[in-house]
Amino acid sequence: MDDLYREIIIERYKKPSHRGRLDPHDIQFADNNPLCGDHIEITLRTAADGTIEDARFEGHGCAISQASADLLLDSVIGKPLEDVKRLNKQDVLDLLGIELGPVRLKCALLSLKVLKAGAYGLGEASDELVE
Amino acid sequence: MSLDLNNTRKDFPALQRETSAGVPLVYLDSTATSQKPLAVIEAMNDFYRHSNANIHRGVHTLAEEATALYEGAREKIAAFINAPSARQIIYTRNTTESINLVAHTWARANLKAGERILLTEMEHHSNLVPWQILQAERGVELDFIPVTEDGLLDLDAYKTLLGRTPKLVAFTQMSNVLGTINPAAEMIRLAHQAGAIALVDGAQSVPHFRADVQALDADFLAFSAHKMCGPTGVGVLYGKEDLLESMPPFLGGGDMIKEVKLRSFKPNSLPYKFEAGTPAIAEAVGFGVAVDYLTEVGMDRIAAHEHEITEYALERLEEIPGVKLFGPSADKKGGVAAFTLEGVHPHDVAQILDRDGIAVRAGHHCAQPLHEKFGIPATSRASFYLYNTKAEVDLLVNGIYKVKELFG
Repeated sequence: MDDLYREIIIERYKKPSHRGRLDPHDIQFADNNPLCGDHIEITLRTAADGTIEDARFEGHGCAISQASADLLLDSVIGKPLEDVKRLNKQDVLDLLGIELGPVRLKCALLSLKVLKAGAYGLGEASDELVE
Repeated sequence: MSLDLNNTRKDFPALQRETSAGVPLVYLDSTATSQKPLAVIEAMNDFYRHSNANIHRGVHTLAEEATALYEGAREKIAAFINAPSARQIIYTRNTTESINLVAHTWARANLKAGERILLTEMEHHSNLVPWQILQAERGVELDFIPVTEDGLLDLDAYKTLLGRTPKLVAFTQMSNVLGTINPAAEMIRLAHQAGAIALVDGAQSVPHFRADVQALDADFLAFSAHKMCGPTGVGVLYGKEDLLESMPPFLGGGDMIKEVKLRSFKPNSLPYKFEAGTPAIAEAVGFGVAVDYLTEVGMDRIAAHEHEITEYALERLEEIPGVKLFGPSADKKGGVAAFTLEGVHPHDVAQILDRDGIAVRAGHHCAQPLHEKFGIPATSRASFYLYNTKAEVDLLVNGIYKVKELFG
């Protein structure tokens, strides 16, 4: 249980590295977790070769949702946008370094859902993106 | 007179458990659902062990026993809310279904496009969405009594809104977030004066203080068993007899009919007209025993005990730097303390408290518009019932200090 609030999660929650909004941007997507009211918006810019040049997130929510957004962007900046499409639930859990029950899993996966929906250019984010 | 808490707590098996080794449960989530006394659990168990049969029409011993138990519970519930007759107690699944029943039957038979329903900004989704569906379907208009900064209904605005001549005023007697106890009798009197009928959402009030539908002069009262020591799956719609008589049936099927032909049916009399299909029989029996239990403890004692706990909790929570409480002062509210903690999301608060066995709820508590009004996505909510103690409030306060330390 203490693991759930590992230092890295509290640290990222309080002092995120990628909070903000990129303008101009190539991709923008936002979604909510209606259960908790967590909200994440991601803006992202790609280079000519398709790598993610920079990305930022805005939003509010619990420590898990906000820290996972920050860690996720950390892990994808500088990588090809195509790689984002292959990310899954386990990748996010590995970043956080914790196990989560079904309720908090939704908090942790919101940012991945938003990022993938943006990468695929979808109109609406679906839970299937993060199965 | 205060409750003998040791005895009360002993009646609830779940309160004896630990959430992990050496960590006893501190259950502060009774607004979501109450724990159940052993008597209720055993009554349902006994029903299945000894008397299980389908009700009505059966002539064998078990069917007669089951019917007597099921109808006996209805009589007890009628007495509990001082209903003139058990015919006016309609079993439903819960408060939500009770309100939907009125929206489907009374409202569809009586409301035309452009006619108005008056609600409040502090309603639970269950007293918003059924009317929104009706609005989309029938073009009825919705108005809302505003909530003031200190969590009370703006009664001057209410009087003004009654000038728009609503056909129905539907409001909660006690907010599940703010804890506000609304002046239901006065609001109903004003509604009647303006020619409206009044539906009271009693999900939070009926479990916690004496309910008297005749003193209130309520046209409809909706409530759920599971928030008042009873099981899930059964609730009640009380209605005035002439209204219930005039309403078309709700769901169609067995039990709600007097006579069926291939192309037509005659509806049954009250209360069966609104009870299609095999109901939650064991649960209704359990509900009756829950009502017995509450009556034996005494609703006035329960209310007094909760008031004492709430007053203490608000006082202690207020002392914590960074804690913001929502809702009015203890004299105007029931046993609910919704709060935010600066810099920490309510979900994190709830999760960290859980480590110490403290069960509180976090989220918008099915009252999203109310949270929007206060400009917050969510709150943490501790709620109190007859079995909670001041020592548990102290544990909650200590737990919140631990949260602050972790996020410090």
